[in-house]
Amino acid sequence: MISGILALMIAVLTFIALFAHMVLDGAPRLTWDFFTSFPSRRAESAGILSAWVGTTLVMLVTAFSAVPLGVAAGVYLEEYAPKNWLTEIIEINVTNLAGVPSIIYGLLALGMFVYQLGFGQSILAAGLALALLILPVVIVATREAIRSIPVAIREGAYALGATKWQTVSDHLLPYSSAGILTGIIIGLARAIGETAPIITIGALTFIAFLPPSPIESEFPFVSFEWLSAPFTVMPIQMFNWVSRPEEAFQLNAAAAGLVLVVMTLAMNGLAIYLRYRMRKNIKW
Amino acid sequence: MVTEESRKRTAYAGKLGFSMRRRVREKCIEAMLFASAVLSVAIMLAIVVMLVRESIVFFQHVSIWDFLTDTEWTPLFDNAHYGILPLISGTVVSSLIALVVALPLGTIIAIYLSEFAPFAVREIAKPFLELLGGIPTVVYGYFALLFITPLLQSVLPELPGFSLLSAGLVMGIMIIPYVSSMTEDAMRAVPMNLREGSYAMGATRLQTALRVVMPAAFSGIAAAYILGISRAVGETMVVAIAAGMQPNLTWNPMEPAATITAYIVQVSLGDLPHGSIGYQTIFAAGLTLLLLTLVFNIIGHILRKRYREIY
Repeated sequence: MISGILALMIAVLTFIALFAHMVLDGAPRLTWDFFTSFPSRRAESAGILSAWVGTTLVMLVTAFSAVPLGVAAGVYLEEYAPKNWLTEIIEINVTNLAGVPSIIYGLLALGMFVYQLGFGQSILAAGLALALLILPVVIVATREAIRSIPVAIREGAYALGATKWQTVSDHLLPYSSAGILTGIIIGLARAIGETAPIITIGALTFIAFLPPSPIESEFPFVSFEWLSAPFTVMPIQMFNWVSRPEEAFQLNAAAAGLVLVVMTLAMNGLAIYLRYRMRKNIKW
Repeated sequence: MVTEESRKRTAYAGKLGFSMRRRVREKCIEAMLFASAVLSVAIMLAIVVMLVRESIVFFQHVSIWDFLTDTEWTPLFDNAHYGILPLISGTVVSSLIALVVALPLGTIIAIYLSEFAPFAVREIAKPFLELLGGIPTVVYGYFALLFITPLLQSVLPELPGFSLLSAGLVMGIMIIPYVSSMTEDAMRAVPMNLREGSYAMGATRLQTALRVVMPAAFSGIAAAYILGISRAVGETMVVAIAAGMQPNLTWNPMEPAATITAYIVQVSLGDLPHGSIGYQTIFAAGLTLLLLTLVFNIIGHILRKRYREIY
């Protein structure tokens, strides 16, 4: 009993130490300029502009590719899949994919996206690498959310003559949307903090320019040039600063880490809150 | 002139077309969903093909025997050696330290949360642990290098700035949430009547937890441990930042050393030309890592499957 509380305390204390250390070092650097400056050789004027813009764009690619694929695969496995060896293989495979170290996804992306498909060391390659990484998270969340819907709902829809897809799209997906959303947020929170696969792709750490804007003033108003632009992301920027010997850069690393932790904590917190509300509001 | 008969016939044909279109659409959608599900198998195949293909080229230059027995890993030097052992030793030592921290603490937390904790404590502690598990690994790396290492140096003055010890310790703390949440799930799945039976025989809560619940949840707990191991083996950023990136055949946790993952990071940070032997080494290293984790994952999967069938 006491040892249980002690063990829990160790986890809590570590977290507090981690957070306090980062706040003490990093908070003074968190000025407006820090968010609006490019990285620089002088630590005092270096900022995370290119890093957070890069992270945002990479996350866009990740979300747009992982969400449809993951939800579709989850729906298939839960509602359509017959019980046969192929389904069994797919299921074992999803579990295995979740256990593959993230750096292996980086190697896959390096060999396939960067060289084989010729995407280069671009936002597109990084976004797709992270999408593959979080695909199992989205699939598992979708399956669990759909599985928790009672069979009566499906039977009701079929009794009224609905087809399978009508049942899925009009009933199962809307009712499970909160659960799926929770999974997506957790997946994206994980992707935001992933460093290893993006290093493997070869993301540059010193980027003093922004990728081309996705929105243009002239027709057709949207441009996809940014997909092939070189980039850096928050965790890479932080890694770069941590590995420098000068203390001033390590303060920058603390500040970048603080931004990163607040971002992931906020996303995970939102997911936990959604799940909590969902559990309270369930009507069946 | 439209007769009653022909009007009926067109209505019927319309209905038939509708149900045909409906069936075709259903089939198309099902095919698309199926394709998405099969994609996960394709990803796994792509990973294996990519790693094996580059590794084959690598093993045409370097014999497998050298790869497994040479005690030096210096692929980027003029006098190149390609022995994976130094990277394996770094991986094993850092993972062992992590497990020494994570398995006992994770198990104790799980026992406490599942068997002892009041409802309110559990409701707060579980999301908290989940948040802890969501912190980016690069942040843990920063913590290991700039907080834990100086802290350890005040106790062990001879500890160098990079060491397997501090990387392993932080990695252990990092995987506590994975171990504790899976272990707790396994213990909570044990039916209540086993506990009640034990209490009825006059056992205390602790006796019940250790001698009834834990054995009953054994395979689930073992699966949790194995996933923790596979996590520690594949962890990258903490070791890359805090353990140094110099391959070093050592079993001493007080020394700096590189793991398989740290080596891949180190090479990727440089600018190696595509197709060079240096480029192929990271795929050979990656293949070794994948095989290691795959073995653990399969054991974990088998154990979990067995435990699902018990109740």
